[in-house]
Amino acid sequence: MQSALTQRLRIPNFYLLAAIGAILTVAGTLAAFYMEHHGHQVTGMNNQVFWGLPHVFAIFLIVGASGVLNVASIGTVFGKKVYKPRGPLSGLLAITMLAAGLFVIMLDLGRADRLIVAMTHVNWTSVFGWNMVLYPVFFGLVGLYVWLLLDRKMYAYSKAAGTAAFIWRLVMTTGTGSIFGFVVARQAYHSAVIAPMFIIMSFAWGLAMFLLFQTAMYKWQGTQLNEEIRLRLNNLLGTFVAAVAYFVVVYHLTNIYYAKQTAFEHFILVSGGIYPQLFWVGFVVVGTLLPLLFVFVPALRNTPSSSILASIFTILGGLAFLYVFIIGGQAYPLEIFPGMEVKSSFFDGVVDPYTPSLPEILLSIGGFGLYFLLSLLAVHVLPFMPQDDIAQLQASGALHD
Amino acid sequence: MSEDRIENKSRRSFVGAAAVAGIGVAALAPGLKLIEVAGAAQRAPGEPASSAVRWGMLIDTSKCASGCDACVKACALENGINETVTDARQGSQWIRKIDLKDPKTGQEHSLPMLCQHCEHPPCVDVCPTGASMKRADGIVLVDRHICIGCRYCMMACPYKARSLVHMPLTEQNPLVPRGQGCVEACTFCVHRVDRGQQPACVEACPEKAMLFGNLNDPNSEIAQRIAKEKTTQVRADLKLNLGVRYQGI
Repeated sequence: MQSALTQRLRIPNFYLLAAIGAILTVAGTLAAFYMEHHGHQVTGMNNQVFWGLPHVFAIFLIVGASGVLNVASIGTVFGKKVYKPRGPLSGLLAITMLAAGLFVIMLDLGRADRLIVAMTHVNWTSVFGWNMVLYPVFFGLVGLYVWLLLDRKMYAYSKAAGTAAFIWRLVMTTGTGSIFGFVVARQAYHSAVIAPMFIIMSFAWGLAMFLLFQTAMYKWQGTQLNEEIRLRLNNLLGTFVAAVAYFVVVYHLTNIYYAKQTAFEHFILVSGGIYPQLFWVGFVVVGTLLPLLFVFVPALRNTPSSSILASIFTILGGLAFLYVFIIGGQAYPLEIFPGMEVKSSFFDGVVDPYTPSLPEILLSIGGFGLYFLLSLLAVHVLPFMPQDDIAQLQASGALHD
Repeated sequence: MSEDRIENKSRRSFVGAAAVAGIGVAALAPGLKLIEVAGAAQRAPGEPASSAVRWGMLIDTSKCASGCDACVKACALENGINETVTDARQGSQWIRKIDLKDPKTGQEHSLPMLCQHCEHPPCVDVCPTGASMKRADGIVLVDRHICIGCRYCMMACPYKARSLVHMPLTEQNPLVPRGQGCVEACTFCVHRVDRGQQPACVEACPEKAMLFGNLNDPNSEIAQRIAKEKTTQVRADLKLNLGVRYQGI
């Protein structure tokens, strides 16, 4: 370990970058205190749309946390040599992303001060309740896995820990998807396809977050990723993005197939204002077509910035999808009396407006700030950044296996 | 949430044990029938809610006038729902009037919508802390001491029956504690029911369109009406076996 510590990252503007991460985190924390003090009346949320922008960011980070571990899993579980040096960074980002996601979602609770209640009163019929086991075990397994990867004396045990973490991450994201998939009340949810859809989304979003962080760190460090490795990781991102598109198509086709869901699908894909716009422009064009272009079109894929752009577009597309899925799913009126025209003082039968307020925006971005800050500090003090031995990889043919 | 889970809670364990004991005594005592226990609406302090009782409500929509909101006002007064909101969407509504129109036939209905007190409440299933709970007598409640304000129950409720308190509260009714950041819903005026009274909305309805009683007691008016007349459970497709039934829709 001691010798490995000397390989830690040297980033020229480390303190400036850390300060940016810290400022965003503090801003998010203060916004949460402001909301906690005044109540959720200072948010754009209400009793019709009660999961707002913080949920979009939190769920993106939580789902991405599981997916970012994929890079390590491909190396450890599936034995791909190009991925093995990326294991520690992959595990680190899985921990920091999950921590940041939980930071956002816990501070968005109506009673954020009752964290200890959430941890000590578990209802086992609740998918939310399962998270009291799913998240801590994920932290523990990934932490153990990263330690085994970094400590050369313990490396032999890393495959067992990596396999356990890989299985657990699938279980964890199944849980996150099932938070929605088991909800019978709403047109947008209650579908068996949601859990696998979240798993494949985690692959894409996690890899995009990994590539963005890795590329940025290399750039700030003044080094560059080997072109063959870069293209290989890009191809994988493209495959995941295409798979996400497939699942989203299946999800919507499933809904359209059921006659009672067609009105909702028309709303979310055609007539629902901001939601169809975000879906078609945000998810389809920005989040799917653009990354695919930057990954697979030769003129674009060979530019060094294609990794960064494809990753950024994938992340923006993921956030757009979740906004449509979570907020659009609530904005569409509950069909309590199917087929009837409904009016009430509680806004039955009407589409509910939602505009995120500044505190919600700050808390949401604060989650990304915390993720960045924790990751940056970690790569500054420990050798998480991948060190590729290109000559050895080329000699063994691992670059192309 | 199963009843076993309810009994796991320390505060309720005594109540649960007493319920078992009470039912046991009732079953053993010569000449004392369970139905008589259920019929005795008023509970002594410390006496447990009994599963021999299933509180329910029958609402006759043919008597419910579109412009009338006497039940809504009575609920607000009884339960201290009096906060001033700048955004009406952020206000709590335990009971609301819904106007329905069938676009094909033009037929119109007006009805009060409140927590349906499901036998299988989705809110209780999804609540991560167990704050959402169902009493032995079928009344679905929120324990505001352990509600963390996650709003998952609001996502799961098919009737939009739950509200998050968005702002600080003042001048509360001590019998009905509410809390900023907690979720709440109609309690069937449990504090009144436990004293042998009717829910405030039922008492206030000028047309007597709302009937409250014990669904498990075949001699109760509500059970007899439901046995004789066609009633509807809202979103019956979800098979939640609701405590609230409607007549006329």
